[in-house]
Amino acid sequence: MKLSELTRQALAQALRREGIGLSIGPFSVRLRSRIGYVADSLHRLYADYPLADDHQFHDFHIAVERPRGIRHVISPQALFLVDGEPPFKPLPLNQAYPFFEWGLNWCVAQYAHQFLILHAAVVERDGIAAILPGSPGAGKSTLCASLVARGWRLLSDEMALIPRVTERLVPIPRPVALKNDSIDILKHFAPEQVFGDSFHDTAKGTVAHMKPPAESIRRAGEPAPPRLLIFPRFAKDTEMKLEPLSRGRSFLKAVEYSFNYDFLGADGFRRMDRLISACDCYDFNYPSLEAGLDGLTRLWERTLAAETAP
Amino acid sequence: MNRDLPLVIHCYRDIRRLTGLTLPEWDLLIRQGRRAGLLGRLHAMAERAELLDALPEKPACHLTASRVEADRVAGAARWEMGQIAFALQRLWVPVIALKGAAYALSGRFAAEGRAFSDLDILVPRPALEDVEQQLIAHGWLSTHLDEYDQRYYRRWMHEIPPMRHIRRKTNLDIHHGILPETVSRRPDPRLLLDEAIELEALPGVYTLSPVDTWLHSATHLFQEGEFHNGLRDLTDLDLLTREMAGKDGFWDQLVARSQVLNLTRQLYYGLRYTHRLLATPVPEEVLESTAAFAPPQPLKGLMDGLFQRALLPLHSSCDPATGPAARWALYIRSHAIRMPPHLLLPHLAHKAFVTPYRQWREERERARQGGMVPRR
Repeated sequence: MKLSELTRQALAQALRREGIGLSIGPFSVRLRSRIGYVADSLHRLYADYPLADDHQFHDFHIAVERPRGIRHVISPQALFLVDGEPPFKPLPLNQAYPFFEWGLNWCVAQYAHQFLILHAAVVERDGIAAILPGSPGAGKSTLCASLVARGWRLLSDEMALIPRVTERLVPIPRPVALKNDSIDILKHFAPEQVFGDSFHDTAKGTVAHMKPPAESIRRAGEPAPPRLLIFPRFAKDTEMKLEPLSRGRSFLKAVEYSFNYDFLGADGFRRMDRLISACDCYDFNYPSLEAGLDGLTRLWERTLAAETAP
Repeated sequence: MNRDLPLVIHCYRDIRRLTGLTLPEWDLLIRQGRRAGLLGRLHAMAERAELLDALPEKPACHLTASRVEADRVAGAARWEMGQIAFALQRLWVPVIALKGAAYALSGRFAAEGRAFSDLDILVPRPALEDVEQQLIAHGWLSTHLDEYDQRYYRRWMHEIPPMRHIRRKTNLDIHHGILPETVSRRPDPRLLLDEAIELEALPGVYTLSPVDTWLHSATHLFQEGEFHNGLRDLTDLDLLTREMAGKDGFWDQLVARSQVLNLTRQLYYGLRYTHRLLATPVPEEVLESTAAFAPPQPLKGLMDGLFQRALLPLHSSCDPATGPAARWALYIRSHAIRMPPHLLLPHLAHKAFVTPYRQWREERERARQGGMVPRR
């Protein structure tokens, strides 16, 4: 059963009472919330997600609720709770939904060391997965959203999950988080896509989410082989530049973007080595979204041609 | 103990139970185990019992992930102790690793899968000032800059204010005793230093002798007022007991040493609650002979009630309604046995009124900057 089979009202009611189970990539998440903002955003952005209500085991028990006390009369707040404990201080109530997204990212980064985790967007087309690690402002989410809007499969806009036994990346598709200017850029670039509400004045400025394609959610159980590791950097008024990186340099750069490389010790080294060996690696400077898309598409075509050549 | 024990304790007592759990039971076990800090340890035990392959995949991931974290912590602790030994090498003073770091350095089973955040060391009191100076020179800085805290630690405590390395962010507690200066019946730290054992792999770094390790572990658990890792620490004692009990004369040595060190009450509590909650194999005659170290009734019954509540995981599924009251009472007790009333009352008043005000001011400042702020 998919979440879209619930009406907004039925969803809100379920969230208020026993909570809902959501299958999000490899994780099963149990979520409760009495906050209307959460129900609204889930209803719009998580419509295609399978419900995991029949699951008997949930990886994370999450609640987003108003804190107790009388403070909420003056300025209402939301609290993110993992199994009843709040790892963070409350945020303003209208940020309840992005708080859920950030909190879930935190849960995965904190508790999922069965994976080597890179802070990166991951997209795939015709069996070629591209990993786009990115610092804030490098434009990884913007590039990712626009590639997805052009038909690429979304594995994740936030983290590459690298399992122990194969190099195939485990998808964890979630709504793509866009910030500030890129929200309007994407709405203009892909008006057919569904966007969530904009949340202003968060720690990251204004934030809005793009709904992941139904197809990406349907295929969330299919891992994808990594072939490209691209470090994007958005810089206005420059030439587009695609610069091949040596294996050694790529390795060291990728380590910088890892949440838990140092946790995994020798095993982390082996996994990273396997990943880098499977990929062509590039530094990628791009002056505009169109140029970025264009450059990546051509790179993808080249890689596909090399892959299918006898 | 007759009341129903939490699932995580049942599984700890008999690790083979893991293979027969239903998924809803796993759901509960992972949550209880995470709160108690025991997931990595359950992984290590399942590994020893060769059960890992028989566990369902999704729940097993959580055990694996916690184990990965614990292994990393243990490795980092070993390395960091090397750095500390290097920083202090010119002083020619023995540096004694305590608790988690000691278990990791001496390869005890209690180290496997055990996550911890702070390094604890014990140094001779006369060398304390030099040790602190050398550590500062090597990048460790005091974290408690509040003047009141600095004074409180240095005047009354058995440790100086915790330090943190400026680049690596590792926390270091430097002790010169195992109980505060204000406790009348406290062991002379020199006795502990005399029996300490130098590590072959790390010259200059020592661990306490086996029985002293046991007694320190018990002292730490039953003297402190914080129980969020209570069950984890109780399982430390259980594992130390199981590992050491095989040696000839262990029980006699343990009892005799507790008398020398003035730690008989802590010995009694340690044996009583590991035996009761974790079914630790303690010989009947040892339980009988150490019963003399129990507090007098009705205190004995009261402490049973308090500890047996406070040592359960702090999870909604197993925290009894009286749990918060028990932890509060033990927190007060930990202070009462630590300090005489004329020192304690001003201290608690400071902690109750001045500290929260300062924290509130700091938090308001941080809240202005926005973002997700970790809760203390």
